[in-house]
Amino acid sequence: MLENQKAVEPIGELFQSPDVEAAREFFREKSRVMIDKRATVQEAVARFIHDGDYIATGGFGSVRIPTAVLHEIVRRRKRNLGFAGHSTTHDFQILAAGGVLDRCDIAYIVGLELRGLSPNGRRLIESGAVRTTEWSNASLAWRIKAAAMGIPFLPARVLLGTDTERFSAAKEITCPFTGQKLLALPALFPDVAIIHVHQADIYGNAQIEGVSIIDYDLAKASRRLILTTERIVDTDTFRKRPGQTSIPYWLVDAVCHVPYGSYPAEMPYEYTSDEEHLSAWIEAEKDPAAFEAFLEQMIYSTRNFDEYLQASGGSERLARLRELEPLKRE
Amino acid sequence: MTKAIPAAQPQTQRSQPYTLMELMICAAAHQLEDGKTAVIGTGAPLAAAMLAQKTHAPNLIILFEAGSMAPILEKLPISVAGSHTQTHALKHSSMDDIMEACQRGMVDYTFLGGAQIDRYGNLNSTMIGGDYARPTVRLPGSGGASDLAALCWKTVTIMPHNRRKFVPAVDFITTPGYLTGPGAREAAGLPRGSGPYKVISTLGVMGYHPESKCMQVESLHPGVTREDIIENTGFEMLFAGDLQITAEPTAEELRILREEVDPQGKIIQK
Repeated sequence: MLENQKAVEPIGELFQSPDVEAAREFFREKSRVMIDKRATVQEAVARFIHDGDYIATGGFGSVRIPTAVLHEIVRRRKRNLGFAGHSTTHDFQILAAGGVLDRCDIAYIVGLELRGLSPNGRRLIESGAVRTTEWSNASLAWRIKAAAMGIPFLPARVLLGTDTERFSAAKEITCPFTGQKLLALPALFPDVAIIHVHQADIYGNAQIEGVSIIDYDLAKASRRLILTTERIVDTDTFRKRPGQTSIPYWLVDAVCHVPYGSYPAEMPYEYTSDEEHLSAWIEAEKDPAAFEAFLEQMIYSTRNFDEYLQASGGSERLARLRELEPLKRE
Repeated sequence: MTKAIPAAQPQTQRSQPYTLMELMICAAAHQLEDGKTAVIGTGAPLAAAMLAQKTHAPNLIILFEAGSMAPILEKLPISVAGSHTQTHALKHSSMDDIMEACQRGMVDYTFLGGAQIDRYGNLNSTMIGGDYARPTVRLPGSGGASDLAALCWKTVTIMPHNRRKFVPAVDFITTPGYLTGPGAREAAGLPRGSGPYKVISTLGVMGYHPESKCMQVESLHPGVTREDIIENTGFEMLFAGDLQITAEPTAEELRILREEVDPQGKIIQK
């Protein structure tokens, strides 16, 4: 498809401005006060997620995702959201189900790793209803890192020469020191990020256990940050072992206490994934009418995440998933 | 036109029957050297890495793009970020950390799959069709594949061998192979000396011709002929001068695969 050795001129749409001066103006006004930020999921979504916003999720698709907030976005029928699709699987599946997206940066969507492909996610993207721009896991991670650093781009050595580059919104540049050809990746400042953590205090100091994926950079890069947490703990927990703080409070806008908040995705050291329930999603998605009924029953007619947990198996199943989790604390 | 894939059934003079997937996993495992680093995806690649670790490469360092560093794997993971990738790891790190190690030149191997591959090892995992905006089939996209194939020294690909997958031109170059041929990776700005290394298919083990960078068969799986390869490949496949027969799994490899790596048969029974 590509002509030999010509520079690629990417044609993808850049959804978020990499303007670092605008970002600084926003962050200048962001509160640094240590105040109680506890909120219900309903309150946090109403306050911080607006139609048209560009959002990003922490975790990795089927691992440590903020399911409760994603459900609430769908339940509130938000519209025209942008989304950072970095290895997103069940999180993308939920947003696709709600039809809440109109644009998406893609590193990995529609796929469910070894579980297959999402039939509804495929229909959505194949229909052309969502504008898309191509990236990769590293390029999206570094775009978010550039924003976290407060610089407009980071150079990298990926995507060069591929169609992924052509359908991205990156630009080829030449290194001023070595003459090396590089790809400039524009900083990505999401309007809102949502990250599920193991424990947090009421101010938003938070700890993630297991791999952190891109979440610390994502927390820094995002204008607003909603945390959902398995547990609320005292601030002393962090003061005693500050090396274990994954996200400091001043990045955080809301703290929502949501036990089992990653369900049906897994939460390392807490509970494993509910494969039966994830299969039920894929099965329901095969037939649009059946899927509509499934969503009505599971999301639109449930009032909150607790009711979803009850509808999908309840406490007995959750206890079983906890037993099956392979990572155990010492 | 596509011929049924042979070698799935046991043949004569074989001590033990094995599945085609078991043969592929063993062939893939043999590509990995002891003491090296490899970023591995789930599925057959991971089964191969686990087998290598339990046989000839006990000091193989497995890395996962989501951040797990040097875990000791107990069970085949479903997700590259899941708890099963993180058991007994030396460090629970982050995606940028792993990808930056690849970019620095610290990662020797990566194992990938894909929907389509061409003679230069370019891979498509983004879309099937002619119009990006309205794909016939939307696939997941790069994930980490494009990064890993750009940055790791050697890329090994595992995929079924047929004309839908081994195509003259992929619909979308998600992940760089040798792009348009010799010198194209370097001209594009990709790291010097990196690139496609092997393809393990259902019919054989392929490498790349040192000068032309075109794919060439190095070994045929037992029972497979040159004609089978030609019939099932959409481009002109080269054959190495010293064409070999792929080594069959040993009894010990099969035991480890079935008892330790994949006791539930999630991958090897596929």
